[in-house]
Amino acid sequence: MKKYIIKRLLWSVVILFIVSFLLYILMRSLPTSYLEQIARQKSQQPGSKSFEEWMQQLEATYGMDKGIVPGFFAWLGKALRGDFGDSWKYTVPVTQKFKEVVGISFIMSFVVMVLEFAISVPLGIIAATKQYSWQDNVISIVALAGISLPTFFTASLLKLVFSVKLQWFDLGGLVGRNYDILSPSGKKMDIALHLILPILTLLIASIGAYMRYIRTNMLEVLNSDYIRTARAKGLSEGRVIYHHAFRNTLITLVTIWGTSLPGLFSGAMITEQLFSIPGIGYTSYQAMISGDIPFSMFYLVFIAVLTLIGNLLTDILYAVVDPRVRID
Amino acid sequence: MAREDGYLSGKESRRISKENRKITAALEKKRKRKNVPESEYLTEMKNPENTVEFENLRTYFYTDAGTVKSVDSVSFSVPMGKTVGVVGESGCGKSVTSLSLMQLLQRPQGQIVDGAIRLNTGDKVYDITKTPETVMQHLRGNFMSMIFQEPMTSLNPVFKIGDQVDEVLLFHKSGYETKEAAKKRTIELLEMVGIANSEGVYNMYPHELSGGMRQRIVIAMALACSPKLIIADEPTTALDVTIQAQILDLLRGLKDKINSSIMLITHDLGVIAEMADYVVVMYSGRVVEAGTAKEIFSNPSHPYTIGLMASKPVVGKHVDKLYSIPGKVPNPINMPNYCYFRDRCDKRKGCCDGAYPGEISLSETHRVSCYLYDEEARK
Repeated sequence: MKKYIIKRLLWSVVILFIVSFLLYILMRSLPTSYLEQIARQKSQQPGSKSFEEWMQQLEATYGMDKGIVPGFFAWLGKALRGDFGDSWKYTVPVTQKFKEVVGISFIMSFVVMVLEFAISVPLGIIAATKQYSWQDNVISIVALAGISLPTFFTASLLKLVFSVKLQWFDLGGLVGRNYDILSPSGKKMDIALHLILPILTLLIASIGAYMRYIRTNMLEVLNSDYIRTARAKGLSEGRVIYHHAFRNTLITLVTIWGTSLPGLFSGAMITEQLFSIPGIGYTSYQAMISGDIPFSMFYLVFIAVLTLIGNLLTDILYAVVDPRVRID
Repeated sequence: MAREDGYLSGKESRRISKENRKITAALEKKRKRKNVPESEYLTEMKNPENTVEFENLRTYFYTDAGTVKSVDSVSFSVPMGKTVGVVGESGCGKSVTSLSLMQLLQRPQGQIVDGAIRLNTGDKVYDITKTPETVMQHLRGNFMSMIFQEPMTSLNPVFKIGDQVDEVLLFHKSGYETKEAAKKRTIELLEMVGIANSEGVYNMYPHELSGGMRQRIVIAMALACSPKLIIADEPTTALDVTIQAQILDLLRGLKDKINSSIMLITHDLGVIAEMADYVVVMYSGRVVEAGTAKEIFSNPSHPYTIGLMASKPVVGKHVDKLYSIPGKVPNPINMPNYCYFRDRCDKRKGCCDGAYPGEISLSETHRVSCYLYDEEARK
């Protein structure tokens, strides 16, 4: 097992190298160029140098005068030493900006993830054990609606009902108007209140898929021969479902969980945008559209690392829950 | 009515499923009642020498295409300490009969609609058709247990062998309540079913064992509480011939050791000849012939049994082509009440067009359902 993990880790390094190279090529080939925008602005000021001259000067200062391959290795060399450079758009070190904004996204995603599992696992099991009953039908319809409706639709609907009609929450933003005069605990409450609608939006969008996953998998397990054997042994229905069947559905749950790990830190681009929450999704989106190469590179490579770790963790957890894939 | 091309119209299908839901919901409601008084499901055996008595058992499946009478008025009994073989081709209701006895039918579609199954546990007699789920859990694995056809898939892949066998012992409070006692007993059981490295196998997972070994584990599990009745549903079908013989020897030996009855379901007449004391031949959900093994093999009376006997290969007899009964099993949906075998039967007579033939006793133990032996019809 140890040998296997080391091998996997080494492979991950190779994959990461290739991925970051591809990302760098893509970033450099983006049609939006941050430098061009600045150069255009500066050249339009009265008595200024021409656009081309500005461009040359800026490219030299930002280190973009090199070709893609040398540029990549220059970036890589610094990145390996932990220096990801300064963000062009935010004009602070990339890591500092990242630390500022990732917290709120992480809290949001973490709450969503916990609620997701807490709600979808029991509901999926109920839907499977009571197949074709009214409970199953209700759960399936809700799940399908959740999968089908895009987040901007549910977000607008939630805003209409809870912000406009009921006026329980603000339409967007992370803090209220009177945030500065609140006590420390009041400030926390204020932020929590502002997070309710975005979390609800994310939950509705993702919970359906999870429920369908668990229902399908549970049905498959419940129809298998070993469940019949367990019943023939005289075990109670509760033990058959929550011990014998659930241990087998765990295998699927682990896969889903592993793939959702990067989502914890990547933020929710669309939902954060819709609710104007300055999380990592929102920030990286803004960086991306303005052509901020250092920030985008850091963000994308970070997600790539998390994806690789998620996959490795999934494979290790597989071995924990399923004895058939254990390697000695 | 169904359409002429054999397909169901949408309207018809909806009507059937609506009706089915009504019927199954009523039956399910009756089954799901809480605190059923004992008087409702305790009864008396007709013959106290029997372990199980099936009487006019009817098990139907309410499918969207119509009602399938999988078991239609089946009566036979399993005497104490004897082996009863149930034979018939695929889909004739052998397995459904045994699943009815275990109450492991695929509900809500599969339902016991009529009849009685009496199980003699020694001090009490249960009518399985009326026994509520909680009491059934106490009976399953404890007084009757089942060995399934597919050893490769009948063990849970994520639990250790030992835990799976222990579970039966711990659950049924069989006198091995502590973990240590259960483990000791499990290892004893594993040795009993002929597993050499019992301590090692105790800590193994099912995927580490071969099919024959797994079937032995399933047998060990079935024997854990020394049940009165072992139902073996084609226990050797998935195994190769040498292992088959070993497993059958094992079953026979163990049956004598714990003195229980075996209900052996198979379509292999060779297995029946070797194992069974009594034979029940089923066709399309009905018992067409029943008797002692000697009577069935030396004097097969129903044309279907005769066909079955003729279609088994005989050692030393050279034939170019093995006999097979012409035609195929009739469609089980909405079957009318006549002899289902008449279309495949070479001894068909005029009276066969009438209602399903009654049961005729050829001897005290030998009975057959065929007009050939009906004195009145013969005239």
